[in-house]
Amino acid sequence: MKKKRVSAVTGSILGFLAFLTVLPAALLFIGSFTGDGELGEMLRPVLQEGQEGFVQWRLVPLYPTLKQYVELLVDSPSFFTMFWNSVKLTGAIIIGQLLVGVPAAWGFSQYRFWGKRVLFLMYVALMMMPFQVLMLSDYLLLDYLNLLDTHLGLILPAVFSTFPVFIMYRFFTGIPKALIEAARLDGAGHLEIFFKIALPLGSPGILSAVVLGFLEYWNFIEQPMAFLKTKSLWPFSLFLPQIGFDNAGLAFAASVVVMIPALFVFAAGQNYLEQGIVSMGIKE
Amino acid sequence: MNMRKQAPGILFILPSFLGVFIFVLLPFLDVVRRSFTETFSGKFIGLKNYADIFHNTAFRLAAFNTLRFLGLCIPLLLLLSLFLALLLHRKGTRGQGIKSIFLLPMAIPVASVVLLWKIFFQSQGLINGMLHLLGISQVNWMNTKAAFWVLVISYIWRNLGYDVVLWTAGLASIPETLYEAAKVDGAGSWQCFWKITVPNLLPSVFTIVVLSVLNAFKVFREAYLVAGDYPHESMYLLQHLFNNWYRDLSVDKMAAAAVVNSVIIFILILFLKRIWDTKEE
Repeated sequence: MKKKRVSAVTGSILGFLAFLTVLPAALLFIGSFTGDGELGEMLRPVLQEGQEGFVQWRLVPLYPTLKQYVELLVDSPSFFTMFWNSVKLTGAIIIGQLLVGVPAAWGFSQYRFWGKRVLFLMYVALMMMPFQVLMLSDYLLLDYLNLLDTHLGLILPAVFSTFPVFIMYRFFTGIPKALIEAARLDGAGHLEIFFKIALPLGSPGILSAVVLGFLEYWNFIEQPMAFLKTKSLWPFSLFLPQIGFDNAGLAFAASVVVMIPALFVFAAGQNYLEQGIVSMGIKE
Repeated sequence: MNMRKQAPGILFILPSFLGVFIFVLLPFLDVVRRSFTETFSGKFIGLKNYADIFHNTAFRLAAFNTLRFLGLCIPLLLLLSLFLALLLHRKGTRGQGIKSIFLLPMAIPVASVVLLWKIFFQSQGLINGMLHLLGISQVNWMNTKAAFWVLVISYIWRNLGYDVVLWTAGLASIPETLYEAAKVDGAGSWQCFWKITVPNLLPSVFTIVVLSVLNAFKVFREAYLVAGDYPHESMYLLQHLFNNWYRDLSVDKMAAAAVVNSVIIFILILFLKRIWDTKEE
């Protein structure tokens, strides 16, 4: 009896928290199918000063419409450019991060060499610095390299972010030592072990670095804001907040469109995120 | 260790290290150098820049807010997510679906959150509307001290799911046999929690705290996009201050503040590392 009551209580706590968590995303979806007139009506209290009442929200729009999407996808060429910029930046950064990050994470997790502990702590510290701490020196460096106001100037520093190394390191340390030892006794070289054991067994870690990297650079805001002047080079994440409330419907539709790739990557990669971390946990 | 034995490890790390050296470490060393010099003449002036920022009211406000934010949010997030992880862990496979729901906010673009903040938190927004229905007086969320709490809420909302996943991984690594043995010895569930769960979760704490602090610095994006360069002073963070100094070209102050910031982060890491290392053996 007592057990049942407890699980009813925990169930409702979980349910309530889950509801609060999902609510904002649900609002975006609903808003994107609502016409301008209806949105204007519902949002009037925040649109104009001195209005009475509060924002209203309907669970299903009175007059559902795809007009916002048509307007966004057909009549807003600048949105396309910026969406494409985001795809390019995110893709290039993630590929670069894997190329240098995977071997580095493997090196840190398997090998002993002079200064390794200090170097790894330094990687962790650098990863935790907010962008603003290095903003000025980054600016001077990019200026010196003639990379200001270019995509390459955003990509290169991001490729050498130490964050993915940290994430993948944790997964690589979970690979059983005995396995690697056995391969070595069989005469496998360092590269062979890296390609035949580290990559397949560490793939959950690599994929979770990809998911986290995607979410990070899909939301690229501070660096482009500081280093890009030309508007046609902007990622959508700088453009979206500029759509005002008077165009709320368009903003909702744009939010949903950019959320879809994120949800997709997330749905595909989420299992690796969990599975991988769990398998890492076994080592302790 | 001889050079030949060390070579493979070094070679694996070298490409990453070279890039980090050029794009992160060199800029950082440059910041350290600038923190001891005068901006325009480049003359060495010792600790004057440091003295300046500690007398600067904007710096004090921003540092206080940032520390307050970290000091409050991180324990709150850690406890709440641990609580949820324990609940879900007990539920077994049924907990999986709920976990995905809590992870969902991670995927929502920051730029869209801005729109949502306004709808929820403006003085005539949804939350005040609900408070009104319940007969509670409304709160001016964005222009009073409540702004700080908006920041706290949005941090927890976004990061709860990821921390739950991290804790769950820690919980899954504790062998079930430990609990069974304790039960045979007559230990209650409360005792099991303190004597088995907590000590075995300590190794996970390093990773979880490091990642939570890292994510805490990211609330700046939302705060900045919603409220701009000068938000209500209760949510004026160090990053706002850096941003404003960057625009004013206050290089000397920026450099000194950046060094102070890094030293604090480094002390935090060394401290956490201590806990981690003693537990790992």
